[in-house]
Amino acid sequence: MNPLEPEFMRNAFLAGGCIALAAGLVGYFVVLRNQVFTADALGHAAFTGSLGGVLAGLNVVVSAIGSCIAVALAIGFLGGRGRGRDVAIGTVFAWVLGVGVLFLSLYTTGRSGTTGGLGVSVLFGSILGLQPVQVIAGSLVGIATSIVILLVARPLLFLSIDPDVAVARGVPARALTGLFMVLVAVTVAISVQAVGALLIFALMVTPAAIAQNLSARPWEALLMSGLIAVAVVWAGLVLAFYLPYPVSFLITAVAFAAYLASRLPRRIPVTAALVTLLLVAGCGAAASAGGAMSARVIRRGGIRAASFLVLLGGMSAPARSPLWMP
Amino acid sequence: MGDLLQFHFMQNAFLAGTLVALLAGAAGYFVVLRGQSFVAHMLSQVGFPGAAAGALLHVSPVLGLVVFCGAAATGIGAIGRRLDPGNRAESAAVGSILVFSLGLGLLFYRLYAGSAQGIYAFLFGTILGITDADVALTFLVAIAAVAVLAVIGRPLFFASVDPDVAEARGVPVRGLALAFLLVLALSVAITVQIVGTLLIFALLVAPAASAIRLTARPVLGVAVSVVLALACTWLGLTLAYYTNVPVGFLITTLAFGVYVAVRAVRA
Repeated sequence: MNPLEPEFMRNAFLAGGCIALAAGLVGYFVVLRNQVFTADALGHAAFTGSLGGVLAGLNVVVSAIGSCIAVALAIGFLGGRGRGRDVAIGTVFAWVLGVGVLFLSLYTTGRSGTTGGLGVSVLFGSILGLQPVQVIAGSLVGIATSIVILLVARPLLFLSIDPDVAVARGVPARALTGLFMVLVAVTVAISVQAVGALLIFALMVTPAAIAQNLSARPWEALLMSGLIAVAVVWAGLVLAFYLPYPVSFLITAVAFAAYLASRLPRRIPVTAALVTLLLVAGCGAAASAGGAMSARVIRRGGIRAASFLVLLGGMSAPARSPLWMP
Repeated sequence: MGDLLQFHFMQNAFLAGTLVALLAGAAGYFVVLRGQSFVAHMLSQVGFPGAAAGALLHVSPVLGLVVFCGAAATGIGAIGRRLDPGNRAESAAVGSILVFSLGLGLLFYRLYAGSAQGIYAFLFGTILGITDADVALTFLVAIAAVAVLAVIGRPLFFASVDPDVAEARGVPVRGLALAFLLVLALSVAITVQIVGTLLIFALLVAPAASAIRLTARPVLGVAVSVVLALACTWLGLTLAYYTNVPVGFLITTLAFGVYVAVRAVRA
């Protein structure tokens, strides 16, 4: 059977791809700016926000985005830089989790007979069970976030790599940092729909780490991070279609395997691993196109997308050779 | 008060909670001092796949917890450099490992065919359902960990505040870092079952962060941190007994409230 046939798979490919693109692009800056812990804290805020939203009868995505932005502001308000930031994140984060526990208990006791499956799906994702409205919201928000981050990528790169010179050259540091935190919050909130609050690193951190292992050039690494995130999600979905394991686990496993491959000190296995990953993901490219196009176009578009991705993997491999020389 | 402690499960909760608070308050002081909140968070989350693997292999979840947390601590220690700002490759590497281990935890859990409630017990703890054996085990680990901390406390403080000078004076900075991580891992592994992988973190960070704001003196700081952790735990347990609110929420809220109050007073 073809992984593209069931509607829930096409939805997963479409929404997962758009969300992963945003997560990979934003995640590159998260790693570059060393804000991995912040992203993690926001993931847990999304958990609390989603549960709170359900309790209050609000839209899950909207309440997750709202709670992420609120926590991002709280961390920015309490924390400075370095150790102070670490502690501020830690304390805010622990409390947000505590509130999540309260919501979870209210949710499970409020509905007799349920086993509280909602909490687990928020924690570990439910990409195969997305509602049509979630698919549309996730895809649109993902694409919009990707466009915004690419628009501000140039000044943001400058600001992240050399803040002092960037400020001296007139880059609006505060506004840009604020905008970036909002983008991170939105990305985390939609990533939670795909892989869950505990596993957002698979989309936001691991692809960026792979890209940074493969290329020292910022633009190349940024685009690679976005594409690798998409490839990881699609490869995970294809595997999940044939294997009896949870899709969130497969996505993290694919991401981690690619990360390990990117750290190997030989060029050949790296290229081979990436090409394999991208080939599997090629099916995904076809699938997400399939949401809109007819069957014949799907096949042609899928092959074209797959060959494009393979070509891209091949091109990117030679570019990173200087990194392996100490 | 007599009314509060008439049930055996409340006695056990208070005993275990006291031990956990003692340990977390003391170890947390160094976590905050060294800027290792992220590491503490990771160690507590690695407990989840550990416990799930233990359940899957039909060995004690505690064994799985200790093995996974110990391995993670050794791995982080082996990376050597501290996971502090300016070390983004390491935090990305550790984040990648963490997310994979959480994914594995999910897989183990599904293979074990557990219910959602079981996952919540791992993640959020069951402080009101503690057995006598849990209390005994927690007691042993808490004594051992506090003893190790008391022995290495002085050089560890030196190494945390000024690693370069400490190294120049012959303090084994890397050895101490690893020893501290192992103590932290063991503490987390044991306390996770009681307060959950997600909430041990609150007791590790918030009281210590408040204590460091209140006093710069190390011994007094550890003492304040322990007292705050104890107060939050006891008050949280008491309130949970009389209301219908989850104890995890109460303890984290109290700890966070203290931190915010301290920040407001000592801005």
